[in-house]
Amino acid sequence: MSVVDQKAIELPPRISEASVADYFALLKPRVMSLVIFTALVGLMIAPGHVHPVLGFISILCIAVGAGASGALNMALEGDIDVLMSRTANRPIPRGRITRGEAMGFGLTLSFFSVMTLGALVNWYAGGLLAFTIFFYVVIYTMGLKRRTAQNIVIGGAAGALPPVVAWAAATGSLSVEPLLLFLIIFFWTPPHFWALALFRSDDYARAGVPMLPVVAGPDATRLQILLYTIVLVAIAAAPWPLGYFDWVYGVTSLVLGAGMLVLAINVYRHRTGSQALRATRRLFAFSILYLFALFAVLLLDVVVKAVVPLIW
Amino acid sequence: MDNKDEKPNRVVLTEAQKKRQRERSIAIACALGILVLLFFAVTFVKGPGVLVRPM
Repeated sequence: MSVVDQKAIELPPRISEASVADYFALLKPRVMSLVIFTALVGLMIAPGHVHPVLGFISILCIAVGAGASGALNMALEGDIDVLMSRTANRPIPRGRITRGEAMGFGLTLSFFSVMTLGALVNWYAGGLLAFTIFFYVVIYTMGLKRRTAQNIVIGGAAGALPPVVAWAAATGSLSVEPLLLFLIIFFWTPPHFWALALFRSDDYARAGVPMLPVVAGPDATRLQILLYTIVLVAIAAAPWPLGYFDWVYGVTSLVLGAGMLVLAINVYRHRTGSQALRATRRLFAFSILYLFALFAVLLLDVVVKAVVPLIW
Repeated sequence: MDNKDEKPNRVVLTEAQKKRQRERSIAIACALGILVLLFFAVTFVKGPGVLVRPM
């Protein structure tokens, strides 16, 4: 018997002291909250009536599926999470949960979220949820993240799918509206994450993740942020003249879009010192508000249209 | 021959480990309970339609 084998036998068994909160942290609750919100909008703007119980189950399954993706992502990225200050406090780098445990947790939740959505709501939505998890874990985390600077551009599709899944859960089909929501989140992702990557580029460089600022440099990233923001503002406003969403959405989209553009221009202009750092942090923070407000207007529109006839 | 006085080589959990294990077990039980309730609720919502599985 080799020395290595002998030591392996002598090691005491590892007893987990992970708390429920540690497992909850694996679900990336902050990302999950945005997923829940965008999915809720997808569900609410869908035509026809959705029974509240089925609506609740749909959102719950989408949220759990997103959380499962987060857990699988953390299981696969434990080696680089420990190197980055932003992620060093996650349960795996802290030694609270092993990568194997996170993998088991993520796979179990993936299975139950997809099967429950499929069995209780419809298999079209269940299939789309399975595809979303597959895309985030296999295509983005395993395939793109450590290989290309376009990782978050292509990988952004996974984050953009929840409202599409929710629409499919409500209607059993797809239409232009959920694809518009998909495009808005898809083109929102690069400016949002590249703003983060600009002020966290040391982290990504240390971990060997080829984010755009690490590979192409901060100036090229600033240009890309500006270009993607222009496309985002145009796409976000397009549903109004195309007649899919009303003028309240259109005006809000233009006002918020102007804010995004101004902040993206600031990021492009201020390239050094504290001004540059402040500009990127502002864009990052505002981009979250931008997406939230844009979707909130759509949600409000549905609520107002449902409530006003009851009052008058 | 086994010595009957010799205690089996078992892992003894600390109080903290026992507490965490209990908490995790309760969380799993709650999750499974919610799953059962959801399936039960849907049988009421869908009625006989619960057997229809639209693609």
